[in-house]
Amino acid sequence: MSLGLEHYLILSAILFSIGLYGALAKRNAVVVLMCIEIMLNAVNIAMVAFSRYLVPDVVVLTGHVFAIFIMTVAAAEAAVGLAIIITIYRNRHTVDIEQADLMQG
Amino acid sequence: MNFWLLSPELSLCGIALAVVLLDLVIEQKKVLAVISVFGLIIPIAFTIALWGEQQASFSGMLVVDNFSLFFKFLILGISALVIISSVDYVKKFARFQGEYYALILFSTGGLMLMCSTGELISIYIALELASISLYALVSFLKDPKSSEAGLKYMILGAISSAVLLLGMAFVFGITGSTHLDQIADKVSTLVSGGQLWDSPALLFGIVLMVAGFGFKIASVPFQMWVPDVYEGAPTPITAFLSVASKAAGFAVILRVFYTAFGIEAISADWGMIFAVLGAISMTLGNVVAIAQTNIKRMLGYSSIAHAGYIMVGLAAISTLGKSGVLFFLAGYALANLGAFIAIIAISNKTGSDEISDYSGMSRRSPVISFILAFCLISLIGIPPTVGFMAKFYIFNAAIQQDLLWLVIIAVLNSTISAYYYLRVVKVIYIGEPLSDEPIPSSIPMRVSLAITSIGVLVLGIYPWIVLRLAETAVVTFP
Repeated sequence: MSLGLEHYLILSAILFSIGLYGALAKRNAVVVLMCIEIMLNAVNIAMVAFSRYLVPDVVVLTGHVFAIFIMTVAAAEAAVGLAIIITIYRNRHTVDIEQADLMQG
Repeated sequence: MNFWLLSPELSLCGIALAVVLLDLVIEQKKVLAVISVFGLIIPIAFTIALWGEQQASFSGMLVVDNFSLFFKFLILGISALVIISSVDYVKKFARFQGEYYALILFSTGGLMLMCSTGELISIYIALELASISLYALVSFLKDPKSSEAGLKYMILGAISSAVLLLGMAFVFGITGSTHLDQIADKVSTLVSGGQLWDSPALLFGIVLMVAGFGFKIASVPFQMWVPDVYEGAPTPITAFLSVASKAAGFAVILRVFYTAFGIEAISADWGMIFAVLGAISMTLGNVVAIAQTNIKRMLGYSSIAHAGYIMVGLAAISTLGKSGVLFFLAGYALANLGAFIAIIAISNKTGSDEISDYSGMSRRSPVISFILAFCLISLIGIPPTVGFMAKFYIFNAAIQQDLLWLVIIAVLNSTISAYYYLRVVKVIYIGEPLSDEPIPSSIPMRVSLAITSIGVLVLGIYPWIVLRLAETAVVTFP
């Protein structure tokens, strides 16, 4: 059995779902950030796999380039995200998002 | 490579970097605001000089046409007004005033690039340039509310951009290109049966992209962040978020959907998606806004409702609908900015955003109260304000496309919205003042209040000044 596009897409779908579940259900803000990284990496897998299998025997590089940009931007986003989590921690000595409930309604 | 086409963005980034560097040597931080505002004249001048240009450069990544220039002008103007009205507000932060102005400018650059790209990778990069600057700006006050707002905005924004990327991955995977015009060629062969269902993977990609962009424009069901972020963020940033970020979001939606998925066979399908989302957005926004006691939160729900009205124009797939969206965004920007600037002026003195604290405000500051009331009336859509003309135009476009049910819902919603806007007006004019102290207003505040209120009135009487521009802007799309 050889690996085809569908195997990569299934892997990507599983990773994306794990990431989405974690991002919505976890209480620790740092874990939520990690789950978002998992979602973005799932997209990277899909991008590169599409790029590789799109046209038989021809490698289209657009998906690879896209994946590199996603990684770069994700790093910048994580940096700002961690800075915001630090200000939250300084304000209330916890990074539990369930307790970030000053504003409701 | 034609750097002339990129001149507005390049000059804007130059000014932003200059502000960061000058921040190191200038003691008087007010000077930085002056540099930012007068610096913005350079990109605005380049934008006006480029008007009429119709070119793509950087292998299709940059598209300069009247459509993108219209939005660039709008976003630069909003950014200038937001910076002018921040001058008094920034005294709240002891440090980092230079970074505050620079981040607004960088975010403006990102929003401008969003409006003028014809390619998925650069749409994503521009969107993130705008969003990451905004995450930092929203949590700029660093107090519990502001940092909580920043956390919520950042987490939900990151999730929505992941969803948007998955959509882009599927569109790229099924069409083999990230260029919008090449996607359009492939889409017409994919849906040869004449229905979006012919290609489930494409449908999946389109729906995920709607979800990703829906977050930016604050449409249901991606609106959960709006009230909390609007309440917690520094008020000038709330104003910026509610108009500039929404305008750029609609610009991207218009370009992506009309260029890439514009063929007649499927445009009715995504038009229906926007019609339904729009109807739910305005109903939810208006009904929940009634119960609010905080004015920033109330305007947050009103912004969700306005996203719904603008989507009526997206659902009406016609030239009238497209130019209506552009005109509505310009009018909404003026009215909403005017209301927010008045709120900034009042909260600089009272330190409160609760509607009950606005009691009797007309006796403490007749001019600011009148402008606030006037802008709220424009948001309801009562003549002679721009809000009325914008709604009239966009609903007319929808009626011509047989979307009568949508227009009925929209008009009913406008009636509901009158209740909560007029409640604020009533509190301002009929309530007893809590103190006799007048609300001071500095010269920058007066200038920005004057620009927005005169704009609301003039565009309400002579709408064709902007309507003509909007009509020439949308001829880009077939």
